Amino acid sequence: MATATGTLPQVQEETTIWTWLTTVDHKKIGTMYGISGFAFFLLAGLEALIIRTQLAVPNGAVVDADRYNQLFTMHALTMIFLGIMPLGAAFFNYFLPLMIGARDVAFPRLNALSYWVFLGGALLLTSSFIFGGAPDGGWFAYAPLSDEEFSPGAGLDFYAIGLLILGTSSLMASLNFAVTVFNMRAPGMSMMRLPVFIWMMLVVNFLLILSLPVITVALVQLVFDRNFTTNFFTPAEGGDPILWQHLFWVFAHPEVYVLILPSMGIVSEVLPVFSRKPLFGYAAIVFAGVAIGVLGFAVWSHHMFTTGLGTVPQIVFTASTMAIAVPTGIKIFNWMGTLYGGSIHFNTAMYFAVSFIALFTIGGISGVMHASPPVDSQQQDTYFIVAHIHYVLFGGAIVGIFSGLYYWFPKMTGRFLDERLGKIHFWLMFIGMNITFFPMHFLGLSGMPRRIYTYDADLGWETWNMVATIGSYMLALGIIVFLVNFFWTMRKEPTATDNPWDAPTLEWATSSPPPEHDFDVIPEVRDRDPLWYDRDHGIEKVEPPSEMHIHLPPPSYFPLLIGLGVLLLGVGVLSHLALTALGVVIVIYSIWGWALEPTE
Amino acid sequence: MRPSPRAISLTVLSLAIVLITTWLIWIAWDATASDPMTTLAPLSDNADAVQGLYNFVTILAGIVMVGVLTLTLAFAVIFRERAGHEPQQIHGNSRLEVLWTLIPVAIVIAIALPSFSVIIDTTGDAPDDALEVVATGNQWWFEFEYPGLDVTTANELHLPVDRAVNVELRSEDVIHSFWVPQLSGKVDMVPGHENRLWFTPHETGMFLGQCAEFCGTSHANMRFRVFVHAPEDFDAWVASQAADAEPAQGDLALAGEKIATTLCAACHTIRGTNAVGQIGPDLTHIASRTTLASGMFENNSENMAAWLANPPGEKPGSIMPNLNLNAEQIEQLVAYLQDLK
Repeated sequence: MATATGTLPQVQEETTIWTWLTTVDHKKIGTMYGISGFAFFLLAGLEALIIRTQLAVPNGAVVDADRYNQLFTMHALTMIFLGIMPLGAAFFNYFLPLMIGARDVAFPRLNALSYWVFLGGALLLTSSFIFGGAPDGGWFAYAPLSDEEFSPGAGLDFYAIGLLILGTSSLMASLNFAVTVFNMRAPGMSMMRLPVFIWMMLVVNFLLILSLPVITVALVQLVFDRNFTTNFFTPAEGGDPILWQHLFWVFAHPEVYVLILPSMGIVSEVLPVFSRKPLFGYAAIVFAGVAIGVLGFAVWSHHMFTTGLGTVPQIVFTASTMAIAVPTGIKIFNWMGTLYGGSIHFNTAMYFAVSFIALFTIGGISGVMHASPPVDSQQQDTYFIVAHIHYVLFGGAIVGIFSGLYYWFPKMTGRFLDERLGKIHFWLMFIGMNITFFPMHFLGLSGMPRRIYTYDADLGWETWNMVATIGSYMLALGIIVFLVNFFWTMRKEPTATDNPWDAPTLEWATSSPPPEHDFDVIPEVRDRDPLWYDRDHGIEKVEPPSEMHIHLPPPSYFPLLIGLGVLLLGVGVLSHLALTALGVVIVIYSIWGWALEPTE
Repeated sequence: MRPSPRAISLTVLSLAIVLITTWLIWIAWDATASDPMTTLAPLSDNADAVQGLYNFVTILAGIVMVGVLTLTLAFAVIFRERAGHEPQQIHGNSRLEVLWTLIPVAIVIAIALPSFSVIIDTTGDAPDDALEVVATGNQWWFEFEYPGLDVTTANELHLPVDRAVNVELRSEDVIHSFWVPQLSGKVDMVPGHENRLWFTPHETGMFLGQCAEFCGTSHANMRFRVFVHAPEDFDAWVASQAADAEPAQGDLALAGEKIATTLCAACHTIRGTNAVGQIGPDLTHIASRTTLASGMFENNSENMAAWLANPPGEKPGSIMPNLNLNAEQIEQLVAYLQDLK
């Protein structure tokens, strides 16, 4: 049975739990990242709602100081490492091979391994709540507060071990994806014909490859300071707390670009499709993204402007931080140029993409304000910074992710998320987000510090705190509407064709959802917008030959086993070393099995 | 290509909407300047310099914001799909792209250069005749010492108006931050480092400060006050603070003095007695302070009694433990301490 678009007849695979546990298919792995990432996003959102409820009134009594400090620490850690990063990874996993015309990534089993190690690290970090208390030193865990003298419980050890495991997962994935982009592009897909989403994720991969080793060193030093009487960060013994800050921020600043670049890439895909014209200034957007990646390593001490750096470092980091505003601005203007002269179709994906431009700009502008150290000396560690963070991370990263979700949902599932519910979700989220986070600018200007579990009644902070809390509930309502939409949509029959949006990129050249082998025939690429070029030049899709043998990598349970071994390794370090030994044995056995198992 | 009348009117409408929204935001934004701990009411040279730069940056930020939001909204409305209108398949425009690279470069240079100037001014040395203060952060209170004047106190900093003060910043434990918005930008108190900030207050009054670097359980409760006096009032304050503690008067206070100089002496200093503890705040003139527990409670007998009954209950994580004092002991201590003016 040949379909109108010439796709090979699909073998409807029976999927069981075992299929998912042993899969090496990038689409299934991407799906698992997506579901896990979204679940942790909801958990972190719940933590935020508790925080907002506590802060709704002065001297609130919803949670005590210790619990509050755990909540804001875990809210940040969960959102960053277990929410936004995996959601970005979900899209990249699913769409990298499809968008470059490949059938999978370079190292499929390594890809699966990255997921299972991620899941282990995520569960370990989150389980800290029930094993003696979650980390409570902030996601930045400044020394000496993070030392065992001032944080005697196990929380900070969960933090260090959890992040070490998560970092390993990200590092493996980044190497895998970078190799894939460089080596597995379809014929005619030159680097400057890559979709912007792929370019942005390539920059993300390099940011992670270069920055993760730094935080690894810092975390190992932290574990040793806490547990083995070293003194890297202990001033009384010759160590320096500022060393931790440098190591942390050399990683964590590039990390914020890791969080935003995927969404910038998504928006760069969605805007042209629903404006019905090409992306404006493709080369500039690509180079700006690369520039942001490179410059991103030169600005880290702007997080340390108030630590007594000295005149010259403050001046240098002001200059570099101001500089990075320029490529960011270029991208904004190019997105606006994409809208200009278009024929814009406003579905939910497009609502999110256009609002990204506005919301991210607001966050970017407040960032430029505290890029100036004297201005920062009043704004640092206040709610003004919290406002900035959430405009770029929520209004930027999360909004971009939802745009991608509505855009790519038909490709991944064959179904369209309901548009009416989608618009309700959008407006609740857009209005709720602004009501929650804009007043935080006012609170910061009014002198409200961050990371405080309560505040006094006579400081003028009550009104905007209450408003922000109401906004957060509206936001949550929007998310609930989305969940309803998701579950309702998944019960419907798939109806999507290959390219329902008339989009230009290669993932739309195969069925929705794609067959396990992605493409019947590896496409040939003639232009940056391959499907638009073929459409406009009357180039027909190549029919597959009647007899084709497509080799796909077989499933394997060794990635799952190694993931389990790594988890045991970490758990053992935090409890009984016998578990670590068991974990090491499992890992070694699994590496051996992996190396020797047949791949035909 | 001339924009159509429709495009022009929709752009003007978008501008109107954005300007009205900006104006409403401006009202709320500016209203924060009347809040007690506002960052927008500078009353010292340091805070003035910061405010000047902030005003300039905010205006620039506002202009860019209005421009981007207006055009985004306008484009979204003007270029909605309409029957018969085909989108122009443009890939870019070199001239525009160069322009919107150079203009942001100019804007950031315009912000950076005055920033450098204020950085140099505020990180430079204090004048030679500045008053010297050493501020030490502890979990969760501030110690203030005046080395030249033989005064040690806690959680209240008293200063003379129109005289520069150089505040050396230290920490006994974790990183804290010294921040009194109306008088100065913040600088962190990093253990092992010798940070400092300086400023010259030019108005008398009482100003609120708070620790601005997360420092553990009661970070939210680590507050302080700065009192700026006319010179003669400051001198009077110094004279009374440098004096030893008032000897106890009356039976209740005498009994309290006994407890204080034995039990409390483990952690606290009361000068003129044998209480020379170095762990907690100096109590020599505790009754002269306006608040207790680093700005948490008004200093009166009732609050002091509640504190003494259970410090960790009043201030989560308090290093001062519950000493299991009975009601009689508390009454005696309060009588003694409230006389230490």
